[in-house]
Amino acid sequence: MRHRQAIALLALVGFSISLYLWLYKIGIIGRLQCGTGSCEYVQTSRYGTLLGVPVAFYGVVAYAGLLVVALAGLQPGLLQRRWPTAVAAAIAAGGVLFTVYLTWIELFVLHAICRWCVGSGVVITLIAALAIPTALRRERGA
Amino acid sequence: MNRFYVVLGLVAVVAGVLIWKSSRSESATALSSPQGAAVTVTAADSAFHGYSTGSDSAAVEVVEYADFQCPHCAEFAVVQFPTIRDQLILSGRLRWRFRDFPVGFPWSRLSALAAQCAGEQGKFWEMSDALFQRQSDWGRSTKSPNGLFRDLARASGADVGKYDACMDSQRYAGRIEAAHQEGAARNVNGTPTFFVNGRLHEFPRGATSDGFQALVDSIAGKRQ
Repeated sequence: MRHRQAIALLALVGFSISLYLWLYKIGIIGRLQCGTGSCEYVQTSRYGTLLGVPVAFYGVVAYAGLLVVALAGLQPGLLQRRWPTAVAAAIAAGGVLFTVYLTWIELFVLHAICRWCVGSGVVITLIAALAIPTALRRERGA
Repeated sequence: MNRFYVVLGLVAVVAGVLIWKSSRSESATALSSPQGAAVTVTAADSAFHGYSTGSDSAAVEVVEYADFQCPHCAEFAVVQFPTIRDQLILSGRLRWRFRDFPVGFPWSRLSALAAQCAGEQGKFWEMSDALFQRQSDWGRSTKSPNGLFRDLARASGADVGKYDACMDSQRYAGRIEAAHQEGAARNVNGTPTFFVNGRLHEFPRGATSDGFQALVDSIAGKRQ
């Protein structure tokens, strides 16, 4: 139960970061609070959009999915079920791969780092670190 | 369990408040000049529709919303635009109009102001080219690039005395803000954004000279 609570909390944090970046991308927030980072440099680059959709929106959807799955997994009827953790692990694994790709773009193509993207990367990595081992352990124990 | 939902709720509320505050503070930021003073947009500022190049009788007009500090804008300006200028604009088939859309980089508005001040002396396109070509020299700088801009203005053929007076007075800050507001009203949310004969045109594979060539062929073909 504890790991699902932690996943839900982290997913909410990740959702908030992605929402913030997405609202910037669609023009509702016009300036990112980024300190000395290069958030706008990264966000306005061609890599800020994938298949015509802002990259941040994929994050909004993924974190919302993680939040819903984690909260669903905390309901009494699903507490003993494996699938919520397995679904969270699958989403988190995809998220980590996507984060690796985006970080590679930042470091080696744009030569700029968006702090919010790093924050999201840390969050999705923590979620994956919580969900994947648990899902695998339960799978082996089944 | 209940404590968990209280914590979750608190995190949601804090995040919501922070995002809401960010969206509220933007209106003040958008209206700021490079030095942070409030900008007044006059009727004359709004009446200016941007510098253009190309024949008035061209069948196609492209309006580009761009930011001199945006790396993708610079890539387009340096790699694609010279070919577009040679093949389409100089041949009279395409007219190009530039609109400032400062997206919020540290020197977005200062660079736009520098281009406008050179433009006042008929050197807008020379200064625009110079700003984009030298973006790597000033785009990541944490120090004001005013001195470099001044050098670029001189190299573009502008009278530096007049340029300095223009920059000091921020004469065209309102014009830049008017262009930004116009772009926002047209749902521009990134740079560069292109409108072709008044309609937003997106290039899924990136804006290229070939893409514009095909576009002009297509529109000009329909009109023949």
